[in-house]
Order: sequence, then C-alpha cells, then structure tokens
Amino acid sequence: MTITYREALREALREALTEDERVFLMGEDVGAYGGCFGVSLGLLEEFGPERIRDTPLSESAFVGAGIGAALGGMRPIVEIMTVNFSLLALDQIINNAATLRHMSGGQLGVPLVIRMTTGAGRQLAAQHSHSLEGWYAHIPGLRIIAPATIEDARGMLWTALEDPDPVLLFEHGSLYNVPGELAADAAAVDIDRAAIRRAGGDVTLVGYGGTLRTALTAADELAADGVEAEVVDLRTLRPLDEDTVLDSVRRTHRLVIVDEGWRTGSLSAEIAARAAEAALYELDAPIERVCTAEVPIPYAKQLEDAALPQAADVVAAARRAVG
Amino acid sequence: MTTKHREDLLRQMIRIRRFEERCVELYSSTKIRGFMHLYIGEEAVAAGVLGALGPSDAVVSTYREHGHALARGISMEAVLAEMYGRTNGCSRGRGGSMHLFDAGRRFYGGNAIVGGGLPLAVGLALASAMRGEPVVTACLFGDGAVAEGEFHECLNLAALWRLPVLFCCENNLYAMGTALARAQAETDLALRASSYGMPSWPVDGMDPLAVAAATERAVESIRGGSGPCFLELRTYRFRAHSMYDAERYRDRAEVERWKDRDPIPRLAALMREDGELTDAELETIESEVGDELTAAIAAAEAGPFEPVSDLTRFVYAEHAS
Ligand SMILES: Cc1ncc(C[n+]2csc(CCOP(=O)(O)OP(=O)(O)O)c2C)c(N)n1
Ligand SMILES: [Mg+2]
Repeated sequence: MTITYREALREALREALTEDERVFLMGEDVGAYGGCFGVSLGLLEEFGPERIRDTPLSESAFVGAGIGAALGGMRPIVEIMTVNFSLLALDQIINNAATLRHMSGGQLGVPLVIRMTTGAGRQLAAQHSHSLEGWYAHIPGLRIIAPATIEDARGMLWTALEDPDPVLLFEHGSLYNVPGELAADAAAVDIDRAAIRRAGGDVTLVGYGGTLRTALTAADELAADGVEAEVVDLRTLRPLDEDTVLDSVRRTHRLVIVDEGWRTGSLSAEIAARAAEAALYELDAPIERVCTAEVPIPYAKQLEDAALPQAADVVAAARRAVG
Repeated sequence: MTTKHREDLLRQMIRIRRFEERCVELYSSTKIRGFMHLYIGEEAVAAGVLGALGPSDAVVSTYREHGHALARGISMEAVLAEMYGRTNGCSRGRGGSMHLFDAGRRFYGGNAIVGGGLPLAVGLALASAMRGEPVVTACLFGDGAVAEGEFHECLNLAALWRLPVLFCCENNLYAMGTALARAQAETDLALRASSYGMPSWPVDGMDPLAVAAATERAVESIRGGSGPCFLELRTYRFRAHSMYDAERYRDRAEVERWKDRDPIPRLAALMREDGELTDAELETIESEVGDELTAAIAAAEAGPFEPVSDLTRFVYAEHAS
C-alpha cells in the first residue's frame, strides 16, 4: 500500500496507543488541531482526551511531566512542534531525562519518547529551521533516531517505546508529504543499526533523516557518470552504528558525509573522526563533508538553498573523492 | 479624543487591513513564502498601542507582527520587500514575515518563539532605566505566551526591579488551535498579571479608542517611575492561525459574532455619527492607502536579491577594514 511518511507515523502512534494502555501522546495542538503537521489527526476522536492530551505552550513543563510520568510507570510520547522549541525544554531533557538513571545509581529509568520536527527547506527562517539532532547526539543517556523512510517512520516508534531509556525521534519537516510503499504487515524495526540504502563500490555517502534523499539523488547522478556510490542511512545517531559505516568505507575507500547540521562540532565531524581513528589507512582520498553553511537559516529562498546541503554539492564532493 | 486622533487610528487600521488582504493574494501567488500569520481583526490593538508610544520608546513583538511594524512606522515597502525576501526588506530578506526588525525605530522583532520576546523587553527596559532614559518598552505577545515559564519569570523580574515595561497581551482566545480555557487554569489574564504586583487591566481590544486610552494611562504611569504595567487586550483573529488551517477548533458562528465587532467599520460608523467623517473622506483614506500599497508592491517586486556570495554575512559584526 502507498502511504505518506505522515500517515506512517500516525499508524505507528495508533498501534502504540492500541497495544499498550500505558502509552499516551501529549504536546501542543496534538488533539483538537490534529497536530501542527497533521501527524495526530483523528487520534483525539479515536482515543479520547485522556490519552491525546493538548498541552499549554509550556515546553519545559510538559516535557518534564513526560519524564515524571515515565518514572511513574507510564509510556509517554511527547510531541514538540519543532526542534527549535525543544530548547525551552533543554533543561528537562539534558539535566533530567539523560541523567536520572546514572545519578540514581541505576535505580531509575526514563522510558520516554520525544518526537519533534527538524530541518529546513521551507523558508521558515532561523527560529524554525535548525537541525539540532546532531547536537542532542552529544548527550550520553539519550538515544537519537531519525527515520528517513516510510518503513522507519512506521516501525521505529514501537521499538523506541520498548527502550527503557529516553529516545528522541526526529522527523524532517520536508518528509511528511513524501509517499512510499509500505508492506501490509509492516511492523517494528530495529533502532540499533544503520542501513545500506543503495549498494555501490566507488564511494560511501552517509546521510540520515532529511539528507538521505539528498545522498540518494546524488548517487543517481553519479551513477549516470559511471560512479557507483554506496548510500548509508545512519537511522540512529546515538549510539552510532560505526561498524556499518566503516565496513562500507573499507569496501569503497572513500567517504562523503552529508549532514544538515552546521559543520563545526557536528555529527559529520564525529563520523569523520571515527573513520580517521579506525579506518584511516583504508581511505584513498580525504574525507569530504557536505554540511549546512555556518549561518542561521535565512528566509530568502536563494540564500536558504545556498545554505543547505544540495545533491549537486554531494556529487561534487564525491567526484573530488573519487578523483 | 480629537477628531485627528480618531482619524489617525482609523487610517492606521485601514492600512494594516488592506496591506494584509493583499498579502493573502501575494501568498497565494507564491510571492510570499514561509509561515505568514495574519492580524486581520486585531488591528485596533496595533493602532491603539503603537500610536500611544513615542519614537524613543522600544517595541518587542511576535511573529504576528505586520500590524505592529506598520503602526510603528516601518514602511509598507520595507515590510513587504522583507516578505519577498529582497534586500530592501526591513531585515534584508533574511527574516521574512515572522522576523521584521527596524533598529532605527527601536522595533526589536519579529520573534517566532512564543514568549521569546519577553526577556528582551525586560532587558531593554533595564538598559533604559540604568541609563536614566525616560523610555518605555512595549512588549506584545499572545495569550499562549502566558503559559510559558518566561512569562512568569519576566513579570516577576520587571515588577521586582520596577522596570519600565508595558506588557501587552493580545488575548485573541486561541493559541493556534488551543482555546484559552483549554490551556489556562485561570483565564483572567489581567488577574494573573496583577498577582506579580503590577497594575493590570483588561481592555476591549476591538475598540481602538479604549486601547489608546488604556495605553496612554499605562505609559504615563510607567514613565512616572512606578514600574511595569500589564494590559490584557481582548481581541480576536478573524482568519486562520497561519495562512491555512482547517479551523477544526472553533465554530463559524463564533467567528461571525466577532466579525460583527470589526473595529474598522465600528470606528468609521462612530465617527460618521459624530460628524467627524464623511463618505468622501473615507474614500480618500482608502484611495491613499491603496496608492501606498501599490507603490509598496512595485518596490518589493523591484527589490534586489541578496547575492549568494553574501550568505554568511551578519553572523558576526562586520569590522570596517
Ligand atoms: C516556544 C514555542 N512553542 C510553540 C510554537 C508554535 N506556535 C507558534 S504560534 C503558536 C500559538 C501562539 O498563540 P498566542 O501566543 O496566543 O499568539 P497568537 O498566535 O494567537 O497571536 C504556537 C503554538 C512557537 N512558535 N514557539
Ligand atoms: Mg492567541
């Protein structure tokens, strides 16, 4: 069946709410409005206001309450409209969710899933467009996942809910309307391993979330020129599945990382460092990175396009690597 | 209130209304992109509040700020060109509809994080107090912001330090799709503000004369050194939260009831009754506003694009070499 990324997420929510009575969804406008990006449309009618809870504009309070409810035996799914707004809840996420297990000497756990939109490309300017998932991936105690495909949009949530620790799930805003095929029996997927989305022997392109498409588009262009790129979808940004990336590098000997975060101190820097640490002698060319320009995302279209990683930039980087 | 004053309020509201009506068309034809939040229905607040401030006062606003910007004196051209993403826009096309700025007019944005402007307003007021300047900082925000921690932190701090802030809460009864009573345990927002120890009062935000009078009174008190004031401006947005939403969260009849209180025809009718406005005078206002708008659109369309080579400008201060 063909469904959109948005619908796949909704199906995942519906399944979780149906299968586990401890699960509930809370966030701004998830109920009566149907979700700011329409993900939870219809769920209020189906599951009622106890389990589909509209919250006031109080990110710190409702994210923190999600942590508390998880401590208290529930399995909350908290939706934050966009990653930029999650900054109002940063204290709760980092000082509580990520630390309670360790600080309590292993007595407490926070089985919480926080979903949020990330990314640019819709001319929403600097307070609605940032990609901070790589920044969250810096934090021990959190698991960070980024579904890039319909299957993962459908299957990652359940696995995240089974996780005894807090999981942040990032949905790239440009993906919601993307349609795709989903098997009728689609179910939970693992959230431990990266996936090879396209096999190729000449160069490894690493992407995730919104940049997977960029990498795949670039791979198609490269293929037209006889360069076979292998495309790795990270899927989980923390803990990183280093093995899948490095195995690919050992086959292709060239690495291009595509990251919508800013280059400095980014996830791409982490991957590059690990490749240098563990596979330096496998590399036949310097590692290439295609990241967002070091600027708050501007509104004007030509500037926003220029700021973001584009397929043409990836193609150029891969060509440099292949030589 | 003088006839001139009333006419200014009427003209300002008409400017904002006609401007935004054109913005809808320009958005539909994709000249304007991104999120665009219309102020239609709420014009009495911008006209009344901003009209009562002086040029050295400061203003902090939200993403629903076209009306605030225009009433502050930012030209239609500069606002529209911003939404076109051109360099003659008031933020050089970097901000768009939600991020209008004009340092010269002390208009400090254009903030798209709900509640994000309140701390800035407190700081601007702190600066003017420390520098001994008799300046008021007006901070506009929605009813939704009252649920954010920053709201409470800021009201407390401003009251504690007796800072010259005019908190203007535009209570349009909804934060996106969430009705006030579904988000606030106590819906009397002025009452809540008063618990921080500052004069707070509700105002009919559909009546520009009431808004102007309340603002004047508050500004006088703040300039007198007695600390911040809070106005709850009870108003209503006639259109969707942003350009499109299904409006599943409120019923048509409610919207229609509020439209009956549209501040523009109401003030026009009042002025006619009082012999302060003729049909011909109203037509003159409309046609002057129409001309201003036509010129603004032409200027926005003709505005230059920032070259991509300048992408990373304005991240840090530029030093003259
Ligand atoms: C911190 C934060 N959370 C959520 C949002 C998304 N959002 C934008 S406007 C809005 C509603 C705000 O309502 P209100 O403050 O009443 O202002 P209004 O839009 O009614 O003028 C929401 C939830 C945001 N911009 N910032
Ligand atoms: Mg509101």
